[in-house]
Amino acid sequence: MLEIKNLHATVDGREILKGLDLTVPAGEVHAIMGPNGSGKSTLSYVLAGKEDYEVTDGTITWKGENLLDMDPEERAAAGVFLAFQYPMEIPGVATMTFLRSAVNAVRKARGQEEFSTPDFLRIVKEKAKLLKIDMAMLRRPLNVGFSGGEKKRNEILQMSLLEPDLCILDETDSGLDIDALRIVSEGVNALRSPERSMLVITHYQRLLNYIVPDRVHVLSKGRVARSGGPELALELEKSGYADYGQDEASAA
Amino acid sequence: MPAVDETVERVKEIDVDKYKYGFTTDIESVKAPKGNEDIVRFISAKKDEPEWLLEWRLEAYRRWRTMREPTWAKVHYPKIDFEDLYYYAAPKSTEGPKSLAEVDPELLATYEKLGIPLKEQEVLAGVQGAPKVAVDAVFDSVSVVTTFREELAKAGVIFCSISEAVREHPELVKKYLGSVVPVTDNFYATLNSAVFSDGSFVYVPEGVRCPMELSTYFRINAENTGQFERTLIIADKGAYVSYLEGCTAPMRDENQLHAAVVELVALEDAEIKYSTVQNWYPGDAEGKGGVYNFVTKRGDCRGDRSKISWTQVETGSAITWKYPSCILRGHGSRGEFYSIAISNGYQQVDSGTKMIHLGRDTSSRIISKGIAAGYSDNTYRGLVSAHRKATNARNFTCCDSLLIGDKCGAHTIPYIEAKNASATFEHEATTSKISDDQLFYCLSRGLSEEEAVALIVNGFVRDVLQQLPMEFMAETQKLIGISLEGSVG
Repeated sequence: MLEIKNLHATVDGREILKGLDLTVPAGEVHAIMGPNGSGKSTLSYVLAGKEDYEVTDGTITWKGENLLDMDPEERAAAGVFLAFQYPMEIPGVATMTFLRSAVNAVRKARGQEEFSTPDFLRIVKEKAKLLKIDMAMLRRPLNVGFSGGEKKRNEILQMSLLEPDLCILDETDSGLDIDALRIVSEGVNALRSPERSMLVITHYQRLLNYIVPDRVHVLSKGRVARSGGPELALELEKSGYADYGQDEASAA
Repeated sequence: MPAVDETVERVKEIDVDKYKYGFTTDIESVKAPKGNEDIVRFISAKKDEPEWLLEWRLEAYRRWRTMREPTWAKVHYPKIDFEDLYYYAAPKSTEGPKSLAEVDPELLATYEKLGIPLKEQEVLAGVQGAPKVAVDAVFDSVSVVTTFREELAKAGVIFCSISEAVREHPELVKKYLGSVVPVTDNFYATLNSAVFSDGSFVYVPEGVRCPMELSTYFRINAENTGQFERTLIIADKGAYVSYLEGCTAPMRDENQLHAAVVELVALEDAEIKYSTVQNWYPGDAEGKGGVYNFVTKRGDCRGDRSKISWTQVETGSAITWKYPSCILRGHGSRGEFYSIAISNGYQQVDSGTKMIHLGRDTSSRIISKGIAAGYSDNTYRGLVSAHRKATNARNFTCCDSLLIGDKCGAHTIPYIEAKNASATFEHEATTSKISDDQLFYCLSRGLSEEEAVALIVNGFVRDVLQQLPMEFMAETQKLIGISLEGSVG
């Protein structure tokens, strides 16, 4: 269970989150929607522990522990996973090499045994197939020259390999065509389980046709302005975010 | 990548000073007197050298007394007192060991710590199909043992210490010594010519492909000494040889001087591949101590269609001053230079290459990857020149620099001279930084900062790593991780 209370966070001295409260029980999928600049991506970075995002007040409790005390890699080991909106490129590092380093680092931190090479290959093949990822893609340098769809599928592949309990998907639908959207959504849905919580951040309702959330929250000016069931997303699709305003800082 | 995990484990095992080869070996040594011509006579007598070599050394010594230290490199260090330096130190008990059994066990233990397989039987007992590597081990100034000699001899390959070559193959030494790097070449090469103590000698006869990797391990042990080794490799017509040198030194507060000369000669259709993994002690976190590595390395593509390829991984030394070069004399000859130079702490690197195109249809390729971290300075300095007669000379140069942190510097100083209008020279250069976003991406996937940096850097240098002999690739990846320990955060 993820519990966020009165969260205030600043970036470059500017306050973006202004007293955000949110609770995501185990096994539930919550969607975070809201206009540009409402703090959606900031929330995802704060959860993952990005350095420049300073928490000035409030608490984040994850499985009973203070998440804010942990370094980013400790959060990964504790089961927090962020699927990036813009995954980073690392030239010269084969995707497969990166996957294996990450999986083994996390397994080691969790006190699990590292995978042997054949075991790892078998598992990757299995999971890649589900996301229609070609093994040739995994031999290419990480994200270098990947299409938007390839990058996002690669994020979901990492998610399935690292077996997190809290999946944060930051605008995973951006830059995807309808086929890629379906493949990625199926990959995400396959990971839904009673132990796993998901936070699906999106600007559009479209994604939520595929990944149907248990709850929908609308962010506005750094706080949760409204919460409801999946129908709230449909309502927003019609009315837009006009009622929720654009933050003054939304230019970014 | 398993190598990265191993790197991290290795790093954890290393104490605060981070230098895993920082042990000293307690062996009594004989040192030469300091200061004048007697040094040269002492060394020459000690090695029982013929008159012509003593004369050659003395000429170099007299010449050297008139020369001045070069100051053009982008490196800074207190003046070296050349009068107060021991020019020769040899382990006392090793005046010509005939077999491993005669070698001081302390020495063998040292090489064991370094992970160098000196005992052939151990190598042979290893995994089936594991590649054999013949090793010549040089301790302080003296070659202590060379392995696999019999097997090499069967192929006609001569691989021994240079002192031995002077005794056993004087005609070859006389013919080629100083023919690539002349006695008068530069301050350090001239000094080396006067006082060189030992080093490796390789001769691969016509048409022979050397059946295994040749390797030399250099280690400086004694205090206040300079190590001046001299390496001479000759590939006769159509021959091929791949040679690797590895270097380590103990931790010392005072700086140790290392001024080697390496000469390569490739005759018609011959190929020499020369790889270096240099990990001399870089000094401590405050920049105290470390090796001054002032080295002259040059290859002569003397025959038509010959090829010389330099690959270097430079992670150690307080100061590196080194430009492995190729003289492309033969028509259609080719020179290559692949370099990874990593500097951390207060290290200073001024390194690069020279490709001198003299013959027709000569080509060269330079791939240089410089990585600067901590407070270090990392300079690529290279010369590509085409002589008037070098019709259709071609060069491709790519110099990439990677900065880690904001206290270090990377510099690229290319010199390009074309005296022939048909020459085609290309030069590419980039400078980049490991971005916080890249690091965060790796961290969020569970990698530690050290693992992340090692991964990103290994990706950055991949093109060059692939040039190394397979056996040394994994080791080098680890070394890169270790060298960058503590470079972030």
